[in-house]
Amino acid sequence: MENPAAATPGEDISHRANFSLLPRAYLNFVGRKFFAFTETVYGLAAFGLITLVVMFKKNQHASHVVHPLIRSEVLRAGVRLLPMTSFLGLALGMVVIGQTLFLLNRIGVQNFTGTIMVSVVVRELGPLITALMVLARVGTAIVIELGTSRALGEVEALEALGIDPVHFLVVPRVIGLALSIFSLTVYLIIIALLSGYLFAFLQDVPLYPSDYFSQLASALTWEDFALLALKTSLFGTIIALVTCFQGLAQPLHIEEVSGATTRAVAHSVVACVLLDALFLVVYLVM
Amino acid sequence: MENSEKISAETPLIEMIDAAIAPLQGTRSLEVAGVHWRVQPKTFWVIAGVFGSGKSDFLATAAGLQRPADGCVKLFGNETFTLKEERLVEDRRRIGLVFSGSGRLFNRLTIAENVALPLRYRQNFTEKNAEESVREILELTDLISYAHRIPSTLAPNWQRRAALARALILKPEILLLDKPLLGTDFRHQGWWLDFLAKLSEGCDFYGGKPITIVATAEDFGPWKNVARQFALLKNNRWQEIGGRAELEASGEPLLHEVLTENV
Repeated sequence: MENPAAATPGEDISHRANFSLLPRAYLNFVGRKFFAFTETVYGLAAFGLITLVVMFKKNQHASHVVHPLIRSEVLRAGVRLLPMTSFLGLALGMVVIGQTLFLLNRIGVQNFTGTIMVSVVVRELGPLITALMVLARVGTAIVIELGTSRALGEVEALEALGIDPVHFLVVPRVIGLALSIFSLTVYLIIIALLSGYLFAFLQDVPLYPSDYFSQLASALTWEDFALLALKTSLFGTIIALVTCFQGLAQPLHIEEVSGATTRAVAHSVVACVLLDALFLVVYLVM
Repeated sequence: MENSEKISAETPLIEMIDAAIAPLQGTRSLEVAGVHWRVQPKTFWVIAGVFGSGKSDFLATAAGLQRPADGCVKLFGNETFTLKEERLVEDRRRIGLVFSGSGRLFNRLTIAENVALPLRYRQNFTEKNAEESVREILELTDLISYAHRIPSTLAPNWQRRAALARALILKPEILLLDKPLLGTDFRHQGWWLDFLAKLSEGCDFYGGKPITIVATAEDFGPWKNVARQFALLKNNRWQEIGGRAELEASGEPLLHEVLTENV
């Protein structure tokens, strides 16, 4: 179709600059993206609500089948990721202390070390790094296994057997990931706080353990514990929902599974960062 | 004739009234339209059609997995998609569906776990509680030596047999089979026909009670001495042929194509 807003060669378009400088195709592109975005958010919200309803309505149904699935999810997304979490915790503690101690020393406020560790590691980087690690290691696997199951018709087979696919496939992953990300974050934070002190010790910084830990204790408030639990379990829920949604929500062909995986990773990262930003507002109000 | 009148007095297990079948995926148009079909208890139907005639979608619609594009589908006297979810799930338990090809087993579970899953989920059984029933059905289907194998390590013929065991473990009243003989060798074909004939006449597993069977096929050849009711999907239409005598007497040209003897 011809674009009525397009200028003919040589025409003076300055008088209609208000609406014609953006090509129609660009507006169409933005519009399409916007509609696709709202459609995804709408689908995801509906999927999340269905999962929540199923989770509460069927919490005791088929417990001998579903509880072992939750345990195996915690094993896969939690226990098996402990070595990687230890490594990241060590690195994170050293990097944060390494970067900040030097600055703090220069302006002579070493007694803020604990406050910085709490703001950076406990409130922000700890939960986010753990969530991204679980997304990379387990979230991708979830999209691939569910997408393949969907493409091979296993989901219809579950329905034909009277097994609720959301209860059997999604609920264990949501609970498993929420528990795993919470536990792994606590573990990562402990390792990071200890490795931070280790770094300071190795650098001969005059910081006694008692000082360091009392700084940490005074910087922490009870809200930190509550918000950490809430934030990490929401990260787990979001990652599980987005990955399950991409794998299950629409009929896939086997060759579309890779596309669904990258889409799920992108959407999960955006959702986690947005949630993190929302929590920042809560911390600022606190 | 008398017999058929007596049967029609009972509620049909599956009933389609002017139903139209549409594919689940893709944008292809209607596959079959204007289906009037009543499946009475203890019947043995075979529905044949050439490739792409919509047999799989027809069975999925009959099993209540897919919505008909038009008309109405009733399971056990109730319209499928007006039912509450719990009721629909309960009705699905009374229908066993065996998918075509490799039977869509769950590849992360062993054969025994696959077979046990519906029972464990429905009755909330532990693995140990379900063991006895699983062993019984695996022995019945000669799968006991493959119990701990992962489906992908078995040939598709054996996987389909495991799918049959999985569908039977809840003792459904009606068994729907999507192209069970497709790609089977002589030995497997003989086994399937004997086994289904036994189920249809009543076997010990069901306490001697006969069950209703609906199978789809590419050709009637192997089925003509086993099944008792025949129908055809042709040019997007449903065509009921009748019993064995009507099948032999029918002048339908496609029947020559779908009555070829296998092997």
